[in-house]
Amino acid sequence: MNSTFQHLQAAHCENGVTTKLLQNVGVNKLTEPLAFGIGSGLFYVYLPFLKINNGPAIAFRTMPGHIFKRTCENLGIEVIRKKFSSEKEAAKFLEERIAEGQPVGCQVGVYYLSYFPKEYRFHFNAHNIIVYGKENDQFLISDPVMEHVTKLSSYELERVRFAKGALAPRGQVYYPKKTGDISDEKIKKAIAIGIKRNVRDMLYIPGNIAGVRGIRYTGEKIKKWRDKLGLEKAGLYLAQLVRMQEEIGTGGGGFRYIYAAFLQQSYTYHQQEALPEISKLFTQSGDLWRSAAVQASGIYKGRLSSQKDFDSVGDHLLNIFELEKKAFKELSKIKWQ
Amino acid sequence: MKKEDLPQDSGALSKFTREMCYVVDEKGNYITDLSSGWDVKTTALDATWKNIHARIESVRKKVVDKKVSPVLFFMEWRLMDIDILSAYTGLWKWQIRRHLKPEVFQKLGPRLLEKYARAFNITIEDLKTLNTHE
Repeated sequence: MNSTFQHLQAAHCENGVTTKLLQNVGVNKLTEPLAFGIGSGLFYVYLPFLKINNGPAIAFRTMPGHIFKRTCENLGIEVIRKKFSSEKEAAKFLEERIAEGQPVGCQVGVYYLSYFPKEYRFHFNAHNIIVYGKENDQFLISDPVMEHVTKLSSYELERVRFAKGALAPRGQVYYPKKTGDISDEKIKKAIAIGIKRNVRDMLYIPGNIAGVRGIRYTGEKIKKWRDKLGLEKAGLYLAQLVRMQEEIGTGGGGFRYIYAAFLQQSYTYHQQEALPEISKLFTQSGDLWRSAAVQASGIYKGRLSSQKDFDSVGDHLLNIFELEKKAFKELSKIKWQ
Repeated sequence: MKKEDLPQDSGALSKFTREMCYVVDEKGNYITDLSSGWDVKTTALDATWKNIHARIESVRKKVVDKKVSPVLFFMEWRLMDIDILSAYTGLWKWQIRRHLKPEVFQKLGPRLLEKYARAFNITIEDLKTLNTHE
């Protein structure tokens, strides 16, 4: 067991696990914003043909698992990742790693996650935690979104590792292999790769439901929700949008603030005068997302109900579309050294 | 968002942790700070739960009126859809859809009832009587 393990709180679970596990193998300079940006974490997508909890399927970040994968890949760090068909095998593998002192990243479902309050327990299967030890029957858990470490019994841990449904974790564990020193030069290169990929994902992804155009698409849809869905359902749709945008794990403003922090921190590696300026655009974007959320909350609180109010939320998103398009265009113009 | 604008409202979140947010300090530098919650998202979560409770109650009535089977009630109560229930029980979705009919549910044998009870983490008795403990 790893007796020197120190908990790291982060805004987002996968960022936090990635940052902590990489710090653990010697990438001491890695911060949460750097992990998020190097992993090209920022995204937007609205899947109109899919429903989650009877509401719209909207994401402000890239696919679960990708941040860890890309961050390690871009830094040239090898990853060990395993899924299991048998609960027994999964438990055995985990216990062996912990006995060796290896903290392990685990994908889990939150529905049966006993230390979460009931209000937060939906069938969401892409939560990430670090298991770093075991005392009697209790596994020691470092959950990045929590202020402090926590515990799960072996039964509780097995149940969340084998949660079922979309993105079922199937006992998935992952951790980076021990590595040599990661130089500033390597981090510098990884930052450029991460940003280029994020530009591509946000500006050039085909179709109109993802990337910056997905934001415009959602803005236009919101204006039609009142007539199409009725006031009550439209309000619930907006509530779901706000939850995906602001709920625990985004750092505020649908990950836009973390990305702004990433660009600011990137400036210490790349002396590109554009970076701090573009960082401010993402701060503005985060502020606009939050202002859209305030406007939307007037609707689901029942205080606002006119078409004009829906138009206002929609217009916020159209402005965000313009702003983020501009920000990513500016990023795409940077000549990386 | 500026540091001084970070909301410190209370809600379900403040019962278990404060969450980390990224804010700008007076010099324009990004720092992290902890928030106990934000009214705008607390009310979003409240609206969602209010709707869930209303759905559960409406299905409870339908079960009592013998329009649907208890499987649908517990599916709503456990926030599941047919896909999730199918994954937990190992049954086909078309099978589950049949079992939502009260007359089909009536004839289910102990093996199938046990599968549902296990998926919902309740007893067979609870399943038949709409008994919820949590």
